[in-house]
Amino acid sequence: MISASDLSIGYLNKSGDTCIAAAINIEIEEGELVGLIGVNGVGKSTLLRSLSGVQAYLKGEVSILNKNLRKLSSEELAKTISVVLTEQPISKNLSVSELIALGRQPYTNWIGSLSKEDRNKIQTAVELVNIEALKDKRCFELSDGQLQKVLIARALAQDTPFIILDEPTTHLDMYHQAYVLKLLKKLTQETNKSILFATHEINLALQLCDKIIIMEKDKVTAGSPKELIEKNAFSNIFPSDLIYFDKESISFKIRT
Amino acid sequence: MPYTARYKGLLLLLFILVILMALVNVSLGSVEIPLKDIFSILFTKGTNQESWQYIILEYRLPKVFTAIFTGSGLAVSGLLMQTLFRNPLAGPYVLGLSSGASLGVAIVIMGASVFGAGAAAFLLSKWSLVIASSLGSLLVLLAVLMASAKLRDTMAILIIGLMFASLTAAVVSVLAYFSPAEQLQQYIFWSFGSLGNLSWQEVSILAIFWFLGIVLAVFCIKNLNTLLLGENYARSLGVKISTNRFIIIIATSLLAGSITAFAGPIAFVGLAVPHLIRQVIPTNDHKILLPAVIFGGAILMLVCDIAAQLPGTEYTLPINAITSLVGAPVVIWLLIRKRKFIF
Repeated sequence: MISASDLSIGYLNKSGDTCIAAAINIEIEEGELVGLIGVNGVGKSTLLRSLSGVQAYLKGEVSILNKNLRKLSSEELAKTISVVLTEQPISKNLSVSELIALGRQPYTNWIGSLSKEDRNKIQTAVELVNIEALKDKRCFELSDGQLQKVLIARALAQDTPFIILDEPTTHLDMYHQAYVLKLLKKLTQETNKSILFATHEINLALQLCDKIIIMEKDKVTAGSPKELIEKNAFSNIFPSDLIYFDKESISFKIRT
Repeated sequence: MPYTARYKGLLLLLFILVILMALVNVSLGSVEIPLKDIFSILFTKGTNQESWQYIILEYRLPKVFTAIFTGSGLAVSGLLMQTLFRNPLAGPYVLGLSSGASLGVAIVIMGASVFGAGAAAFLLSKWSLVIASSLGSLLVLLAVLMASAKLRDTMAILIIGLMFASLTAAVVSVLAYFSPAEQLQQYIFWSFGSLGNLSWQEVSILAIFWFLGIVLAVFCIKNLNTLLLGENYARSLGVKISTNRFIIIIATSLLAGSITAFAGPIAFVGLAVPHLIRQVIPTNDHKILLPAVIFGGAILMLVCDIAAQLPGTEYTLPINAITSLVGAPVVIWLLIRKRKFIF
């Protein structure tokens, strides 16, 4: 279980801290698929980085499995949270199996040799994501959708109770967006991991997520899709001149 | 991994090539010595020809070891820099180390006349060149380390290194402009690089630095592999980015700095060898790449040295020119052959 209470996120500067969002209260239970939505620049990535311990937060507390995030060593953290990032500075010359194997880094010895258990975990990850056929390919040969699956497999190989993904559906066509999100749903159900992902695919997220976190400029709301719809929480996410949330079809519609 | 066995075989092959090239290197030179005698000098009691014995033991053999240490050391620093900066064009000198060394040597050689004749004689001794170039590299290294402690962005270090290179090159040109022709020539000779002038004592000092640098590199293997995913992924896998960066920079400096101090600036080996090795052994695993690059660097340097001696003649060409003549076409060929430079 991961929880944030009265959390303020932003950047620490010498001249004073820049606060991006404050008073955030979130709880994510075991086996939950949670979508994080909000307009561009509202601070979704900052929130994800703060929750995953990559970036220091300004105020409040984040606890993971009843431990304070700040007190976890980098090794412990690496065994608790794995990430899938939007940026792709990865060396495209890596083969798929090499890339997935790197997920085992927190568990391997000083020189990084894979034990039998490591190989088993890698194999399980490959099977869960169903990319057996890609194993010997190199990353530059993959399509965006395939690469996304491989990166998810790498996170699975890291064998952590939490996975955080930053916009895993960017650059994907509608089918592959659905595919990736369904895959995440399946993973939460089959492995009981908690998965938090930021996305712009609100319509898909509404259909699949157990919980949704809406980030707006001055508040953060969380709840199940049903609760949020009843509360009309979606109507204020975007400026209302072009699109509106249609309760009947549970999706955004263009104003005509 | 199914390839591991094949890679190990290739590593063995590279190692055998190192030994072979070292033997060829010892047996060639301006004085012809029969193979039989070379073997008896190297492995058994020796020969009656004292001059041959001297040439082999005091000249050719130290040179072979220097070639092995320089080639492998530069190649390893090239690999470290390419992975750290995730830039295929990074080499041992991107941190500006050789520029620092050049500046130190330029000041000593071309500034010597300023200090008077007595000081000049002392300043121009070989050790003072070694010390000057070490101090020069060290100064640049300290500046780079200070910058790297301040900067979060690894790429900025690359640019700072390049800026130092331009700065020192400018100072060297100013010095050169005011120097008499004789000293200018001496400086240019130093910048040609040379493997041949090292005594056993100097070779052993080089060996110590080489060993320290390689040991540090070996301890970085795991993190180097993780860095292939980019710094943010590496951080999420528990790598302490700045500590790791610090160790990699120190290892590179130990290797490139000591090599430049003893053998002068030697171009392209560090840049080209990791790429050549990736052609032979298409892996990204530094467990395999690191030893492969060590052997590959040694082989390339020994071959370049053989070429520099111009077999059959009395001339010896500057080693730095040979490595560039070999290295530059290799990089061009790689670019054209792969069309895309995937790294």
